[in-house]
Amino acid sequence: MNIRLNGAQHALADGATVSALVSGVTGRTLAADGQATDGRKLGVAVARNAEVVPRSQWHATALAEGDDVELVTAVQGG
Amino acid sequence: MGETALTGTQQARRDPLTVDGVELGSRLIMGTGGAPSLDGLGAALVASGTELTTVAMRRYSPAESGSLFQLLADHNIRVLPNTAGCFTARDAVLTAELAREALETDWVKLEVIADEHTLLPDALELVEATEQLVARGFKVFAYTNDDPVLALRLENLGATAVMPLGAPIGTGLGILNPHNIELIVSRASVPVVLDAGIGTASDAALAMELGCDAVLLATAVTRAQDPALMGEAFRHAVIAGRLARRAGRIPRREHALASSAMEGRAEFL
Repeated sequence: MNIRLNGAQHALADGATVSALVSGVTGRTLAADGQATDGRKLGVAVARNAEVVPRSQWHATALAEGDDVELVTAVQGG
Repeated sequence: MGETALTGTQQARRDPLTVDGVELGSRLIMGTGGAPSLDGLGAALVASGTELTTVAMRRYSPAESGSLFQLLADHNIRVLPNTAGCFTARDAVLTAELAREALETDWVKLEVIADEHTLLPDALELVEATEQLVARGFKVFAYTNDDPVLALRLENLGATAVMPLGAPIGTGLGILNPHNIELIVSRASVPVVLDAGIGTASDAALAMELGCDAVLLATAVTRAQDPALMGEAFRHAVIAGRLARRAGRIPRREHALASSAMEGRAEFL
């Protein structure tokens, strides 16, 4: 299936979860609670169709064709 | 006797800023925006002595990820995410929620700007966003116009700190309306942080002399010719201004007042 990730087309396996997406993009392995298994902070957040998906829900949230996902992190600013 | 006199720096160290129950040893909050390199930013942050710094939330990019986060963790600097670039309460609330998820803090520097030309806060959207964020449990550090009425309104809505601008973001024009800043300070019961417009060290000292509890700046340091040196300058300026405020300045007078006694002068015949 195809979703939009940060404004660009992104191909994913059908029924992929938010957790799978975050793990794939960041290259980090995630536990069921959404924390990185390497123990370091992940420092990212996800909005799906303009609603924040809490980290604790990433594992249980399946994405659907055409979903609009924003994956953000902290950068220099302000 | 028995007590040794404290130096100014020691006194300042005993004068932390308490926000939301957290003690910050430095009253200088330094933003991370505008720094050309991460190394330079790190040196400037350390030189400034700051214990709290702002970051923006932007789309994840694998190339840049992690480094800023690591830098702040290495120096034990607390993060204050901002909502820079938001024009509406809706976007600001969503950005704050993303920041809370990503950074695991409910502190947020709320910026809702009206347009890119002035970067001035949009008062109506700011009020709306403050209400919504407070209701959702955020600790709102509200970046606001230097408007005493609006500042008090934000405090009454539950803002944790109010942050009036000295001048528009990035202008370095200093404090354009010191009277308004004094008025905001005189009526506030939450911390007042002078935010934006600071150009050089004396501007920060003035903010503290006017009674502000802290100063927030980024550009003045990160775009200075020598950011680390300027960070150090601001560290001293904020301490100096705070001490001067606490010490109580002399009143302004129209005419001179001799500090040497007139009596007992020698007479030359």
